[in-house]
Amino acid sequence: MEIKIQKKVLQVNETEAEKSRKFFRQKNVFVLNMMSSPGSGKTETLCKTLTKLMPGVRVGVIVGDICTTNDADRLVKTGARVTQINTDQFGGDCHLSASLVLDSAEKLGCDDLDLLIVENIGNLVCPAEFDIGEDSRAVVLSVTEGEDKPLKYPLMFRVADVAILNKIDLLPYLDVDRDLAVGNMQKVHPRMPVFEMSAKTEEGYEPWLDWLKLKVFEKTGKGL
Amino acid sequence: MHEMGIAEQLVKIALDAIPKDIKNPRVETVHLKIGKLASVVEHSLTFCFEIISKDTPLEKARLEIDSVPVKVHCKSCDHSWEVTGPVFQCPFCEDGDVEMISGREIEIISLELEDAP
Ligand SMILES: Nc1nc2c(ncn2[C@@H]2O[C@H](COP(=O)(O)OP(=O)(O)O)[C@@H](O)[C@H]2O)c(=O)[nH]1
Ligand SMILES: [Mg+2]
Ligand SMILES: [Zn+2]
Repeated sequence: MEIKIQKKVLQVNETEAEKSRKFFRQKNVFVLNMMSSPGSGKTETLCKTLTKLMPGVRVGVIVGDICTTNDADRLVKTGARVTQINTDQFGGDCHLSASLVLDSAEKLGCDDLDLLIVENIGNLVCPAEFDIGEDSRAVVLSVTEGEDKPLKYPLMFRVADVAILNKIDLLPYLDVDRDLAVGNMQKVHPRMPVFEMSAKTEEGYEPWLDWLKLKVFEKTGKGL
Repeated sequence: MHEMGIAEQLVKIALDAIPKDIKNPRVETVHLKIGKLASVVEHSLTFCFEIISKDTPLEKARLEIDSVPVKVHCKSCDHSWEVTGPVFQCPFCEDGDVEMISGREIEIISLELEDAP
């Protein structure tokens, strides 16, 4: 006997993501999902971004970290409101789910925010698969990871709306072709904006900040 | 890496779909559709499924996976084609705006139950 089903296996997460999206619309806050492999510089990029955006843009951060509070401690120093999700308490450690993010966003409180940034778990595979109700997805790739990563993890670069090529201050010491790295990202995702930056020297920040501020303004009418 | 979570959802949906009036149901096959770009590793999903389905009517079930090609469409020149590697650039126009049509599915299609003895 055959039983027809025809359902999305991840429907539960998609339903939760829709709920989150509604919540974020009500609160009139723009949500950015930041993803990368561990160590690409998400936290460092965020620290610099927050410092430059605030107080003109009011930013909150949800940070997913596997079991430490190191990232949250670094981010709190910028003056932003930060909450941390330790995924090991919930049995999963490769991505943040929509329901975890919504719970944290409610705990953090979004009434007085223009922008909520979610630093996802360091992983180029799983977070790409899970919608968290965000408005845009950013992927960070550092020049130390090699030019071929976009071709090896195409889904991540496909679902991203914007990419940051980070740590360009290290280029003089590496045998890395930055144009090839950018070219590979755009092979996977033609027309995706790619910002070449250094969270250390703060080179290349203006275009990225302009992009982000415009996105926040387009959704919320705030922050410009 | 998240195949355990996927297997959990899969088993839950499948169990919910089995009519309650069937005595000792045993599922032989679970038909799935998985896009080639979905981040699901088949043998890892099978492994997780075996663990999660233990002591349920799905315990002996085999996963039959129909893999879905990655199809894309260029909004700039209206061409559609199948992508076989990680390159999504439009071969017909310079710098087309390319969207995915298929290849990300993770779907459960149907179950086959063993006939009652
Ligand atoms: N040289 C250099 N180091 C960086 C840069 N961005 C981050 N780092 C360093 O790279 C390491 C990992 O950065 P972190 O922000 O924790 O990465 P995350 O795991 O993606 O959050 C830290 O030691 C940072 O100081 C950069 O632009 N240039
Ligand atoms: Mg971090
Ligand atoms: Zn085209």
